[in-house]
Amino acid sequence: MAKPHNDRAWFLVLPVVALVAFSALIPVMTVVNYSVQDTFGNNQFFWNGTAWFQELLDPSTDLGGRFFDALWRTLLFSGLCLLIEIPLGIAVALTLPRQGWGVAVSLVVLALPLLIPWNVVGTIWQVFGRGDIGLLGAGLQALGINYNYAQNAFDAWATVVAMDVWHWTSLVVLLCYAGLRAIPDAYYQAAKIDGAGAWAIFRAIQLPKMQRVLTIAVLLRFMDSFMIYTEPFVVTGGGPGNATTFLSIDLVKIALGQFDLGKAAAMSIVYNLIILTVCWIFFATTTRGQSEAAQ
Amino acid sequence: MARIGFERLAQRYPGSPHYALRPMDMVWEDAGAYALLGPSGCGKTTLLNIVSGLLRPTEGRVHFDGQDVTALPTERRNVAQVFQFPVVYDTMTVRENLAFPLRNRGSSAREANTRVEHVAGLLGLGAMLDRRARNLGADEKQKISLGRGLVRGDVAAILFDEPLTVIDPHLKWELRSRLKELHRQVPVTMIYVTHDQTEALTFADRVVVMSEGEVVQVGTPEALFDRPAHSFVGHFIGSPGMNFLACAVHGREAMLPGGQRIALPRAYAPLPGRVELGIRPEFATLAREGLPVALTRVEDLGRRRIARVELDGQPFAATLPEGMAVPAEPCLALDAAGMLVYADGRLAEGEA
Amino acid sequence: MSTTVAAPAALPAAQAPARTGALRAMAPRLVLGLYVLFLLVPIYWLVNMSFKTNLEIASGMTLWPQQPTMENYRRIFTDRSWYSGYINSLKFVGLNMAISLSVALPAAYAFSRYRFLGDKHLFFWLLSNRMAPPAVFALPFFQLYSAVGLFDTPWAVALAHCVFNIPLAVWILEGFMSGVPREIDEMAAIDGWSFPAFFVRVFMPLVAGGIGVAAFFCFMFSWVELLLARTLTTVDAKPIVATMTRTVSAAGMDWGLLAAAGVLTIIPGAIVIWFVRNHIARGFALGRV
Repeated sequence: MAKPHNDRAWFLVLPVVALVAFSALIPVMTVVNYSVQDTFGNNQFFWNGTAWFQELLDPSTDLGGRFFDALWRTLLFSGLCLLIEIPLGIAVALTLPRQGWGVAVSLVVLALPLLIPWNVVGTIWQVFGRGDIGLLGAGLQALGINYNYAQNAFDAWATVVAMDVWHWTSLVVLLCYAGLRAIPDAYYQAAKIDGAGAWAIFRAIQLPKMQRVLTIAVLLRFMDSFMIYTEPFVVTGGGPGNATTFLSIDLVKIALGQFDLGKAAAMSIVYNLIILTVCWIFFATTTRGQSEAAQ
Repeated sequence: MARIGFERLAQRYPGSPHYALRPMDMVWEDAGAYALLGPSGCGKTTLLNIVSGLLRPTEGRVHFDGQDVTALPTERRNVAQVFQFPVVYDTMTVRENLAFPLRNRGSSAREANTRVEHVAGLLGLGAMLDRRARNLGADEKQKISLGRGLVRGDVAAILFDEPLTVIDPHLKWELRSRLKELHRQVPVTMIYVTHDQTEALTFADRVVVMSEGEVVQVGTPEALFDRPAHSFVGHFIGSPGMNFLACAVHGREAMLPGGQRIALPRAYAPLPGRVELGIRPEFATLAREGLPVALTRVEDLGRRRIARVELDGQPFAATLPEGMAVPAEPCLALDAAGMLVYADGRLAEGEA
Repeated sequence: MSTTVAAPAALPAAQAPARTGALRAMAPRLVLGLYVLFLLVPIYWLVNMSFKTNLEIASGMTLWPQQPTMENYRRIFTDRSWYSGYINSLKFVGLNMAISLSVALPAAYAFSRYRFLGDKHLFFWLLSNRMAPPAVFALPFFQLYSAVGLFDTPWAVALAHCVFNIPLAVWILEGFMSGVPREIDEMAAIDGWSFPAFFVRVFMPLVAGGIGVAAFFCFMFSWVELLLARTLTTVDAKPIVATMTRTVSAAGMDWGLLAAAGVLTIIPGAIVIWFVRNHIARGFALGRV
């Protein structure tokens, strides 16, 4: 059923456009503006062309080296998060009860980490992982593992990834659960009659029916893990050294710490473009598969 | 292929004071074509799900070939079932869909393929075996569902749960005759649930008529038409259904409330409860003499005409013979061969 | 008869799963139980610490408070610099929810019911704002809101959060609205409803679940965000999340107080979840299931 064409619908979207343009477009212009200028700190700006971008994208420079290091770290972090959270989320969603009092209780408990302010999430893990006062840190040390996220880069990474899994896997679970609930009973009955085992049911019914929600899950998890700032900042402050300095942390350091406006602006633009591109490619490929199916 | 038996079988859903299926005993013969017929909510799907094992009955036993299968889960009962709405596995091709039940039971790829090609041929799916199932229309998807039921050569029974609901009317005929054809080629017990009497009567050798959780009659289509065991069957089968006239019966004579007397073909002992005379419109014709009636309207059904009349205030449907003009003073002529007597809804046996 | 052939083959298999069957039935519960434990233990640890004195925290590990104290909570509820943080947070969260929903509702209706010039591009542009890292916006927002005189007011934070929440609200509401058949609109037009009356009296009740879910998401993302909220406030409008980080860095590590403040930030979220628990699964799928 095709939607009717009506350009007067623009009146309905006008408030949104105005508000988002005010809140987003002006800052974006500011950023673009800064990215092509330089300043001596006396509020006098002069044209600097693409110099900031050239420096940023050249790994041999100071800024470029720093940028690419942070970029690989962030990509590795996003990759690890997706690799753990998506399969784990699917697995947990499959175990959720479908009816009874357990449903509401499970859902509320699952959603709880999502509603905790991000710096409190950081605080929880900061405390939880400390060797002197934290259950996790003290427990690991009692087992003879020399765990210290403030000094050991591997431990810092393990803590930050564990924290993200703790924080966000529930989102994947809830999405998958919504997808699973939408499968009519007849599919399960037919599969039983066809003699399908649990794995065959998963491959033939559950996974295909979750495709849509999994798309959303991967998109959201990629975006949010690639933008992560607060949680690792609270736990590790980007350290030890620069081991957990992700792009956002580095960007805030440059922009608000060093007030290096041109560099920060150029970095913001490239950063944003990476996210947009990845999301667009992912979105386009998965929705193309779906629209083909719809025909 | 199996003979399916029920022993004191009943179903009551938790929290409900009524039986969804009232206690009953029945046997369905091997390789028979059965239809479960009744209005929505009469318990026919409940009975079907008990046979397939999707539902475990709260009382009684189910036997396949004398073996008690009540406790066996669906996947070990060796039945196939086709649902009201087509269920296809979206990401698979038609071929993979059809092979799915075989592969799950450990058939080799070659074995499965031979069966798949055979069944696809029977259903007219041969040309689209390698297409993705999700791109097909509803009727083709339902053929795939049918095919998954038929592909296993060794099933005890194939169960159909209103399989033609989503099919276009002009394709219903085709699929129905194909099913009938298939039953002739593959002698397997088939059980067909429907609320459509045409589907039931054309498909089945024996029709099980259900009402409010009770099996009210099991019989051939002819028996259901000629001798409905229950006034519900009389109403439900036939179009229009059987006429029922409240009356009093003494021996070989029925007397209507208005005092008209009708001679009966059989003699009846005194009957308890509410007594009715049942007669199908096919055995009642509008004539110039007989019982005087008031004409309400005439319905033209194409092949025949039905006169809706009132006899003493009781509505009645009768046949208007071909070529006959509506008489100025219409009367009813009743054929004694089609007269049956019901007491409290149940057929009363008379003596010749 | 083939059933008699098939039956012996099926029977040995029938006995084997009896033992593994019980294990199989238990496995899902076990996985779920372990996962719930994994979620709750760190939260428990925070709650545990919030009832301890700093002396007890520093003197060693205890699995539950040996001398439970309400002192940490008492300090938060009596110290203005602490409790005003909660009030400030709730102020901008509430403002943000009101703004986001009131503009997103008509826009979502337009996207779900009509095609119009540039609709697809507009939709993607809106969503692209949800994809922008807050770190990118921090500095320009600081300058923008300073320039218009909104700096250090709840309005600054509420408007800043709109960049992420409006696109999300439009997306969610559009999903829910597309699930309402368009015949409803046509029937209402035939029955002589004016558009605003139809929208408020007929349509909005139909998507009430979606509005609840969108409000929930606006609450969630506004409540949990730190970077912008901290950057755009200094004293008067300082939210609780910022109060927490600053107190920590200034006054050394008062773990008990920090834990108590953290626990208090979890409670509003838990209450909100309870209200939307029946819609939550569909909501997280953005109304698209």
